[in-house]
Amino acid sequence: MTKKFGIFSIILGVLLFASLLTGCKSGGTKAPKEAVTVSVPKDNTSVVEDIKQAEKIFNALPSPLESAMLIKSAGARFDEALLNPVGNVNSYVTNKSMALNLGIYTCDLSFASLYEQTQLIIDYMNAAKKMADGLGILKAIEQSQIDKLEENINNSEVIMEIVSETFMNSNSYLSDNGQPAIAAMVLVGGWFEGLYISTQLVDMKDFNGNKLVGRIIDQKLSIDILINLLASSKGNPAVDDLIIQVKKLKIVFDKIKITTSKIRPEFDKTSNTTVLKSEIKTDMTPEVFKELSITVSDIRKTFVNN
Amino acid sequence: MRIPRIIPILALLIVTTTVNVDAQCKAFAKKVCIPELGAYTHDGNYHAAILVEGEEAELYKTFYSDMEYRVSVCGEDKLKDIEFIVFDANKNVLYSNKTANYAKTWDFKLQSSQQLKLVVKVPAFNKSGDSPASGCVAIMFGFKIKK
Repeated sequence: MTKKFGIFSIILGVLLFASLLTGCKSGGTKAPKEAVTVSVPKDNTSVVEDIKQAEKIFNALPSPLESAMLIKSAGARFDEALLNPVGNVNSYVTNKSMALNLGIYTCDLSFASLYEQTQLIIDYMNAAKKMADGLGILKAIEQSQIDKLEENINNSEVIMEIVSETFMNSNSYLSDNGQPAIAAMVLVGGWFEGLYISTQLVDMKDFNGNKLVGRIIDQKLSIDILINLLASSKGNPAVDDLIIQVKKLKIVFDKIKITTSKIRPEFDKTSNTTVLKSEIKTDMTPEVFKELSITVSDIRKTFVNN
Repeated sequence: MRIPRIIPILALLIVTTTVNVDAQCKAFAKKVCIPELGAYTHDGNYHAAILVEGEEAELYKTFYSDMEYRVSVCGEDKLKDIEFIVFDANKNVLYSNKTANYAKTWDFKLQSSQQLKLVVKVPAFNKSGDSPASGCVAIMFGFKIKK
């Protein structure tokens, strides 16, 4: 009887421990209580300081596909020289470098896709696959998807669908398998690549009123989200290094002022869409832009020149 | 003391079940939530979690003036109507799907880029004493270039 009770106690203990694990994991990135304590200076453009004790907090950065789309919609040209060469793939051997470059290559792939660079699309999909495989992400990018990509190489809609699907396969795998730090680093890599390409494509002779400059200023709105995303994996040495780098970038972004009027939601019946109307004022001098551009480039160098 | 063989088996079973639950969440997001995006391109990001009735999730994201967006918020059937509310930086409510019969999607565009907060609430509906329901809740975004 006593022995039986002992065995049941152990089983009960295992069950309790496992249920604790399950509870902590539920959904991958449980609301990080530490994230609340991140020091974020008051800024009228940020809602991050309003974080409450929700059960689950998602800090959503623009995906590589969205970043590439923003660059294209601003009327920027395509420049292959700005992409991270696929020849670098074999130099990424640590989880950190593979995660960052999975994001970087996915952004480059998205950029190439939107500009219909057929050969580059295949090359960058293979480079992204190599990073995902290296990280042990099962079925992120399957050969069947690469084949489908090749078959539809002139169909941008299908290509974007595949890029979106493979990226979701990667980040859902990482989130669902308790690897939020790696998932965050993938997003950070993609976000930096989008910002790097944008800053490099700005023609200083055409600075004022440049649409691309406007999109770069908009990235200030995501910097606190980025810091909070990383802060949720604080204590991971790779993430801690990234936080230091991102904070350097934040110092430059803080030199840009963004003031926005009250948002007035207006419903448009014909399109069944709500229009969030507001006016925004920003100021970024060419000097601050240059500083931003150099800072982004320097940080990106540490990601790609492993 | 000899550790009974059943313990590692039990532990493995529990861990496997947990991973399966999460994998089901991804499958749910893919099968149910993404199709709701319709003509909008899914951005590729994944925001999904198992929530218990009465729980809330928050999402912070920057939305750009060049784009048109559709957000799709889906919960498994056993969770009943999922409420979602969109706030601006000054905590003003910009939209609540409660006013639209708990619609699962919301289409919007912005005159200027903004950081917004989305709060998703799983209503509590079970009577006290019943074990609370839980299920997957996914928040997916689709976009297209503004016309």
